[in-house]
Amino acid sequence: MKVNRFILILVALVFIAGTTANAQCKAFAKKTCLPELGSYTHDGNYHATILSEGEEAELYKTFFSDMEYRMSVCSAENLPPVEFLVLDADRNILYSSKDNNNSCTWDFKLQASQQLRVVLKIPSGQNTGIPAQGCVSVMFGFRID
Amino acid sequence: MKRLLNISNSIPAVVLFAAIMLAGCRSGVKKAGKDTDTLSVTGANAAIYENIKQAEKIFYTLPSPLESAMLIKSAGALFDDNLLNPIENARNYNTNRSMALNLGIYTTDLSFASLYDQTQLIINYMNVAKQMADGLGILDAISEEDIAKLEENIHNTEVIMDIISQTYLNSNSYLEDNGQPAIAAMVLAGGWLEGLYISTQLVDMKDFNSNKLVGRIIDQKLSVDILIGLLSGSKGHPAIDDLIGQVEKVKTVFDKITLKTSPVRPEYDQASNTTVLKSEVSADFSPEVFRELSETVAGIRSTLIK
Repeated sequence: MKVNRFILILVALVFIAGTTANAQCKAFAKKTCLPELGSYTHDGNYHATILSEGEEAELYKTFFSDMEYRMSVCSAENLPPVEFLVLDADRNILYSSKDNNNSCTWDFKLQASQQLRVVLKIPSGQNTGIPAQGCVSVMFGFRID
Repeated sequence: MKRLLNISNSIPAVVLFAAIMLAGCRSGVKKAGKDTDTLSVTGANAAIYENIKQAEKIFYTLPSPLESAMLIKSAGALFDDNLLNPIENARNYNTNRSMALNLGIYTTDLSFASLYDQTQLIINYMNVAKQMADGLGILDAISEEDIAKLEENIHNTEVIMDIISQTYLNSNSYLEDNGQPAIAAMVLAGGWLEGLYISTQLVDMKDFNSNKLVGRIIDQKLSVDILIGLLSGSKGHPAIDDLIGQVEKVKTVFDKITLKTSPVRPEYDQASNTTVLKSEVSADFSPEVFRELSETVAGIRSTLIK
């Protein structure tokens, strides 16, 4: 009976840990990433996930002409700075944060509407232990050109 | 012995449950099949591209209700409250499917009203969006404080847009973080379809060729595959499967439009610290295809709001 109770508690803890981690990710995105949009209006979409060192995430989004955009990318303090690449439909690289002093924001506008692909990369750490894990978030702000 | 058996039966279940929960932390995860990629990257890009691995998480992002409304307004379209989903319909929405779709629809209507300073409609549509969010069990997506702040700043478009953006973020993040990606996808799909519905209804056929809004509608062709990708992450959910079928009809019409885009040339403007992505685009969008698209979208939207 005690063992069953222990298992139930364990299951509950695993559930709570998962939910708490996600809730922390939302709070992190709102607290850290959102202010970086500055005078741009946040579009309201939510993109945040938990990544480990060496892992990647991708994002597909259509961007429209006559709009100005700011992209803000943030990663938890325990992770190395996140790198991001922006590619067009032909997979040509249009922007690399690594080539721009690891900037966490990018301001851009488009002459013609395009579907772009954003690749977020957490570089592998130097230590050989368990890879660090934390929240990564990307947010978009816009304003009329 | 009996206790031992109970333990040994329970442990795999716990391990399985824990695995599901940990996987749940990355809801909507889809591995990118690298072998399906046909790489055509050359030169300096090739080395960087080679370092791109399989993604742990893929986000499919649609224009948000605010962005859709902004696109409509910036095209010079006029406001028409007859196009909004009447708030009286809210009482008909009792299922998660109808509440999720209409949370997206009402949020787009709210965004549309807010950009045209429709003060009473803004309050009404914020309340009805709250009703949908509450019905879905989204805790504090739209709080009483948000409604009060909205009323206090009813003539301040900037504050209203911030409130809409925040409440939409609250809804999305709650659903994603609580393992309800199918419901989250329905909210986003409802919002996008409403934006497309309003746009198509606002086009005056007399100035079809010079209407900026027509260009905005063509642009939505770029988002159809993203929407299908988003919905496909929850394939097997009956409401999602039905929605994919509906969106496929929209895609069939969009596929009749040929979109030609020249290669993108990034140019950095030092004065504004902004990169301009230069390219030219051409499309063949006939009035006949437009009418077909308009009717298809209107037909789908009528099933979503009834």
